[in-house]
Amino acid sequence: MSKFDVKINGQSYSVEVSDDTPVLWVLRDHLNLLGTKYGCGIGQCGSCTIHIDGVSMKSCLLPISQVLGRSITTIEGLSDNGTHPVQEAWKEIDVPQCGYCQAGQIMTATAFLDKNPNPSKNEIREAMHGNICRCASYNRIEQAVAKASENLS
Amino acid sequence: MSKIKSTIDRRSFLKVSGLTGGGLIIGFNFFTACKPEAVPAIDISQLNFHDFNGFIKIADNGMVTIFAPNPEIGQGVKTSMPMIIAEELDVEWKNVFVVQGGLDTDVFERQVAGGSQSIRHGWDPLRQTGATARQMLVNAAAAKWGVDASECTSENGVIFNNKGEELGYGDVVNEAALLEVPKDVQLKDPKDYKIIGQNVKNVDIDKIITGKPLFGIDYKRDGMVYASVLRPPAFGQKLESFDASQAKAMEGVIEVFQFGDKVAVLATSNWEAMRAKKTIKANWIIDTNLESTKDHDKILLGLLNGKEFKTLRSDGNVKKAFADADQILERTYESPFLPHNCLEPMNFFANVTDEKVELVGPIQTPKWTADRISKKLERKIEDITLEMTRMGGGFGRRLYGDFALEAAEISNISRKPVQVVFSREDDMADGIYRMAIKYRISAAIKNNKVVGYHLKEAAVNSGMYDLIPNFFPAGSIENYQVDSATYKSNITTGAWRAPYTNFLSFAEQSFFDELAETMGIDRVQLRLDLLQNVKGTTDEKIQYSAERMEAVIHKAVDKSNWGKVKEGVYQGFSAYYCHNTHVAEVVDVKLESGVPVIEKVTCVIDCGVIVNPLGALNQVEGGVIDGIGHAMYGNLDFKDGVPQSTNFDTYRLIRMKETPSLVETHFIESDVAPTGLGEPALPPAGAALANAIKAATGVRLLKQPFITNQEIFGLKKV
Repeated sequence: MSKFDVKINGQSYSVEVSDDTPVLWVLRDHLNLLGTKYGCGIGQCGSCTIHIDGVSMKSCLLPISQVLGRSITTIEGLSDNGTHPVQEAWKEIDVPQCGYCQAGQIMTATAFLDKNPNPSKNEIREAMHGNICRCASYNRIEQAVAKASENLS
Repeated sequence: MSKIKSTIDRRSFLKVSGLTGGGLIIGFNFFTACKPEAVPAIDISQLNFHDFNGFIKIADNGMVTIFAPNPEIGQGVKTSMPMIIAEELDVEWKNVFVVQGGLDTDVFERQVAGGSQSIRHGWDPLRQTGATARQMLVNAAAAKWGVDASECTSENGVIFNNKGEELGYGDVVNEAALLEVPKDVQLKDPKDYKIIGQNVKNVDIDKIITGKPLFGIDYKRDGMVYASVLRPPAFGQKLESFDASQAKAMEGVIEVFQFGDKVAVLATSNWEAMRAKKTIKANWIIDTNLESTKDHDKILLGLLNGKEFKTLRSDGNVKKAFADADQILERTYESPFLPHNCLEPMNFFANVTDEKVELVGPIQTPKWTADRISKKLERKIEDITLEMTRMGGGFGRRLYGDFALEAAEISNISRKPVQVVFSREDDMADGIYRMAIKYRISAAIKNNKVVGYHLKEAAVNSGMYDLIPNFFPAGSIENYQVDSATYKSNITTGAWRAPYTNFLSFAEQSFFDELAETMGIDRVQLRLDLLQNVKGTTDEKIQYSAERMEAVIHKAVDKSNWGKVKEGVYQGFSAYYCHNTHVAEVVDVKLESGVPVIEKVTCVIDCGVIVNPLGALNQVEGGVIDGIGHAMYGNLDFKDGVPQSTNFDTYRLIRMKETPSLVETHFIESDVAPTGLGEPALPPAGAALANAIKAATGVRLLKQPFITNQEIFGLKKV
């Protein structure tokens, strides 16, 4: 058990957990930031996607000891009141069915559009390939990423 | 307006006035207002449909809260069911708050999400409930004005009389609470609908996109501990002994104990619980037998070759038809076990104390689950409360409540508030799977007509439910027989999105394609010809409507440009009826380096009135892609009782790049009462794809998952 000081969504937190605790579980069980979801624990489904220094990463494989001094953003910190253009596009298209994977989808999409604000259809499909939607709302996810790209430009 | 006799009486339409802060709460048991038929698609005969509750709360300021009555698993009923009430209540949707029913009541009787039946069964009672509440408010206003209620009208939450006076609903709610429940209420003419038929966004959309805690797994309680459960790794094993000394010494671990054939690890966090569980050394011994997929394959084929069948429907004389046939076509179709893989793993919260049993979590069958927990813990049903959370998918898995029972047992033993959380591995390895099934279909052809049809089913554990033999092509072929045989396995199986039809549709609709080819008839025409034989049938057992099926087929032909697509595009057709809904689908594929790639899916659906087109489209697109995904990739093998895939590195679910990015959906415009939509788009998709692949490659797929077919997919990595 060690004490870790981490910066999440611009706020400083101090937690006492084992060194190997994945960021996912620190967020969920220790810091009550429940928007980041557990889906597979092996980096295969993307439900736990967060940003580390603006880059999308799967938090289920990322030990807390490796993110010290880095800037963590979760779905809760993406915007005030869901006003990020990607969140707005998600709402406009009414993407979710069950909704469980959507925070991870949105985090992947935002980091991707940051780097590539005007992606082609194939680039979108490639970028979102790591996120599973079990309800298969894929068509709307694709549309929402395209819409967000439009809104951003 | 159509005047209808309300079946709502005082008993099923209870009112409680004097809400804190003013206003009226109207409670209703909407399923006693319109008793539903038994739902056939899943085995829920044990479930009680009679105690369904919902609530409308009208505040002094006229704002309306509708407590959505049914569990939300992503099928959209938390949005669409309140829409139906709001329509007849005649209020503006923007003035309606929707809350999941039951969260603040100690009445635990609840509802069911299953069989795509929520809207179908809710249609009449939900409309009657809204209309009854509206009429009571109008009556209260009329009494206040001293005029006859028939001289009053309502619009968007305001009541008008013919003198031009007006009163808001909020102005008369308290008076309305004192009135008798009207016997006759008027339902709106569909042409006057202002909410039904509009695109309404998911009521939880803002919470979902901002990551608010909504799901069972997000539930927290002071003092709550997390439980990870070690279960037998193989079906057919039981626990002999275990050594948890290492686990007990680990950080965060509170206690470790055995319950039944399982071991519970309680810890202060999920990570600590899951991590400690891995260190437990358990000895498992064989309890029954350890089964493998290769055994099942042999056993099911043996059943198909044998004579031990239960005949589910028999018309004419199939034996004679086959004996007299000019030509016989026979094919065998094979499907594997499938896990549900809800993205939110199974989980449940329980807090068992001397006073009460509190349960919170994602469950499709809250009532049944509470009943079972009452029995298991020997506690009075009155002691139990159950709160439903939003569910991260259901697909049938959350009908079973085994995870809730575990939580209750663990909390009962530890006397702590406990949340049981399945790891993904637990979720996939301790499933209640779609069973492996094989179908053998034969057709007798005489004078180039289909004169005989024989469907044989061989299924692990349980075969098709009794309505299915009356789906298409029942009634269209003179000599027709459906037989079923089952093999009892210790691998647990159950309902999986569109039970049985999820694979039967693939078998039959692939068969019709090949049958048409064998007979040299157009593939669509064969189906249309057969449907002619069903028109005017007096057989009340026949479930589908030939006219409605014909209509979706014609529209699919039209909208998909059937047979007229550009060179290099190959089409596959499929049409199916299930969950009271008629669907036709066309898949367009092209070949990329010889491998079929889906370009587009056209889907035509007749599900009656569309309550929320925005949500409906999402269900159809999801259903089609889910159907394609599982037909292409879904597969769970067993070896010596052990599931061979336990996470998404070895179990393949469809992902973005593999999806057709265009699923074009067309609904048949209709004012017929709505039918199921959560499931019916899935079953036809696999056959439409297989038929398109046949057109493109000449290879006929008879077995799921398709990806294992080397001839078509070659060395493409699974």
